Amino acid sequence: MTDLRIVERTVENHANKITARGVQVHYGDKHALKDVDVDILDKTVTAFIGPSGCGKSTFLRCLNRMNDTVATARVKGDIRIDGVDIYDRRVDPVQLRAKVGMVFQKPNPFPKSIYDNVAYGPKIHGLTRNKAEMDAVVETSLRKAALWNEVKDRLQDSGTSLSGGQQQRLCIARAVATSPEVLLMDEPCSALDPIATAQVEELIDDLRSQFSVVIVTHSMQQAARVSQRTAFFHLGHLVEYGETGNIFTNPRDPRTESYITGRIG
Amino acid sequence: MTVIAFVLLFSAACLGYVLNLSAARSLRAGGARLHSLGSFHGGFAALLVLVPTFLFVVLWLVFQAPVIDRMTMAALPPGTLDGLETGAVQLILAEIKSIAGGRIFGTPELWKLAAADHLTGLRALSANLMVGLTAALALVLLVIARRTVAPDFRARQGTEGIIKGLMIFCSTVAIFTTIGIIASLVFETMRFFQMVPWHEFLFGTTWEPQMPIRADQIAATGAFGWLPVFLGTLVITVVALVFAVPVGLLSAIYLNEFASPGFRRIAKPVLEILAGVPTVVYGFFAVLTIAPALRSFGEMTGLPIAPNTAMAAGLVMGVMLIPFISSFADDALSAVPRTLRDGALALGATRAETVMNVLFPAAIPGIVGGVLLAVSRAIGETMIVVMAAGLIAKMTVNPLDSVTTVTVQIVTLLIGDTSFDSPKTLAAFALGFMLFVVTLGINVLALGIVRKYREVYD
Ligand SMILES: Nc1ncnc2c1ncn2[C@@H]1O[C@H](COP(=O)(O)OP(=O)(O)O)[C@@H](O)[C@H]1O
Ligand SMILES: [Mg+2]
Repeated sequence: MTDLRIVERTVENHANKITARGVQVHYGDKHALKDVDVDILDKTVTAFIGPSGCGKSTFLRCLNRMNDTVATARVKGDIRIDGVDIYDRRVDPVQLRAKVGMVFQKPNPFPKSIYDNVAYGPKIHGLTRNKAEMDAVVETSLRKAALWNEVKDRLQDSGTSLSGGQQQRLCIARAVATSPEVLLMDEPCSALDPIATAQVEELIDDLRSQFSVVIVTHSMQQAARVSQRTAFFHLGHLVEYGETGNIFTNPRDPRTESYITGRIG
Repeated sequence: MTVIAFVLLFSAACLGYVLNLSAARSLRAGGARLHSLGSFHGGFAALLVLVPTFLFVVLWLVFQAPVIDRMTMAALPPGTLDGLETGAVQLILAEIKSIAGGRIFGTPELWKLAAADHLTGLRALSANLMVGLTAALALVLLVIARRTVAPDFRARQGTEGIIKGLMIFCSTVAIFTTIGIIASLVFETMRFFQMVPWHEFLFGTTWEPQMPIRADQIAATGAFGWLPVFLGTLVITVVALVFAVPVGLLSAIYLNEFASPGFRRIAKPVLEILAGVPTVVYGFFAVLTIAPALRSFGEMTGLPIAPNTAMAAGLVMGVMLIPFISSFADDALSAVPRTLRDGALALGATRAETVMNVLFPAAIPGIVGGVLLAVSRAIGETMIVVMAAGLIAKMTVNPLDSVTTVTVQIVTLLIGDTSFDSPKTLAAFALGFMLFVVTLGINVLALGIVRKYREVYD
């Protein structure tokens, strides 16, 4: 793995955005996540890597309480965003999810127009007061997702009529439109071709200036390219977490090293 | 004798299978490389014997009766049937047949007894002939099949070809039956329109199909305007849908999105039971429960409510349609991929918002298709309206009035002594034809909508 291109990393000291302590997740009898402690920084891209089934998606779904929608899932432990316990009874998961956006593995635009796809979040949360403001939100979101130039003349076309890569950027625009503080991405490029992947990766790097981005990926090259910090999961444990450069060049745990060099996976 | 013929042909087929199989095996044992497996050689022989012989027996059984009848009547002493109408001739034939069957009433003429004897003889001859010919045919085919066995004979293709032919035949049976039904409907409708002008039927607003049966009878000449009847069908359908669509949709949404798995496990089978209740039972319910309830409600409030109302029939029909609509909507909602639901929830949409804004629009084509199919069921439904709606055709859209429907009128026109040459009975075919046209149109529309707007999720 010498071909990993480790980008220069500005090791600024950003504040902690998310702190997780002792997170355990059970699906029925299955213990999927065991005692995970992690601090995720603001305005940073954090990558979760690990063999499939090790609990990356599960942990990601804890951060916006999407596990609440899985009937068998039970989450224990303490997860705070800006110091607020998100599993507190007073926290409304609906409002939390407006603040913690999510992009899925497969592009899932709604069967509505491109405009309505992006406008949906702001509409249900009442973020705009009139049509002009909504137009502005839609435009800035599509610009942030680097999609505006391609779709500005066809905003009323169905979102499902776009290509795969465009659909995924539309989903990013949709998530960005509610002005979240954290953006969770679960293998956002696994259904995309290399060109679309490169576009989305570039986009992720841009988004870092405004959000804290957490990305699950099965490609170590991708983790190396886009992230500043990397967490390695294995069999439900968080094995190693640290600066991406260190994880890839100088892993402390033998399991991380075997995974990176391709011996487990 | 028929049984013997069938036993014969099936054993011949089995024999063919065994013969060809063993012939093929011995060829292979002799060192030849066969193109097809032995079982294909056997199967080819079995099918080659079975299909033509079976067809022969069936055709013989179908055509022997009319041929024998003809021959019996032709053998009567000359001049017996002179000057008799078809009806009288039929009567004589029936009498001869019942004598031949051993049921003798009174003392029949001698020539009838002779004819009955002749008939019995012909029948025995026919049966013997059938068995003999079946055996001969099977034997010939057996020999032909046996001679095909050769190393490079493509028995597999032959067998598959015959089986494919059989499948094509089976799949066209339904199509030809449909064409036959439509043809007879169209034919009778044309006869009706020769007696009653088509514009009178299509645009007339009075429906009084009573016709004088005898020339000296005093009765109206009959009016055949189908509009009031069709209006009755429409009123009942609308009542049924106004009730069934919201209830069915909401129950589907609840079951699909909000209900606990336990509740769903109980509620779904209950809905399915509702779909399995015979409509005649719904009819009882309408007559015995809903109609009296409506009546006493009318007495309480002073509303004029007829004893038989479109409302009662429509409401009960609505109950009948609920499981239909709800299962369609449930399927359509379940077909919306989970990723869409997750996408909406992850944006911070509530459950209800997710259902209303994302799942429901995505499921609309399926739901509309289901509703339109429910409409065509409501239009064609007969038993409930026969029992609960009235018989008098009125140009009214008041659901509290008594109305009649197309199906009810078809039933009443065809009940009792009917001869198929008066406008009264032929009108039933015209109504049936219109019903067919309307429901066909709705079904085509439904399929079109479902196909056009269905989102393809991969
Ligand atoms: N809804 C679920 N019900 C039951 N088990 C689940 C569910 N989702 C995930 N799991 C299990 O939890 C473990 C972790 O899954 P996941 O977080 O999806 O892994 P990853 O994303 O790292 O591939 C797996 O063993 C998986 O089988
Ligand atoms: Mg995953």
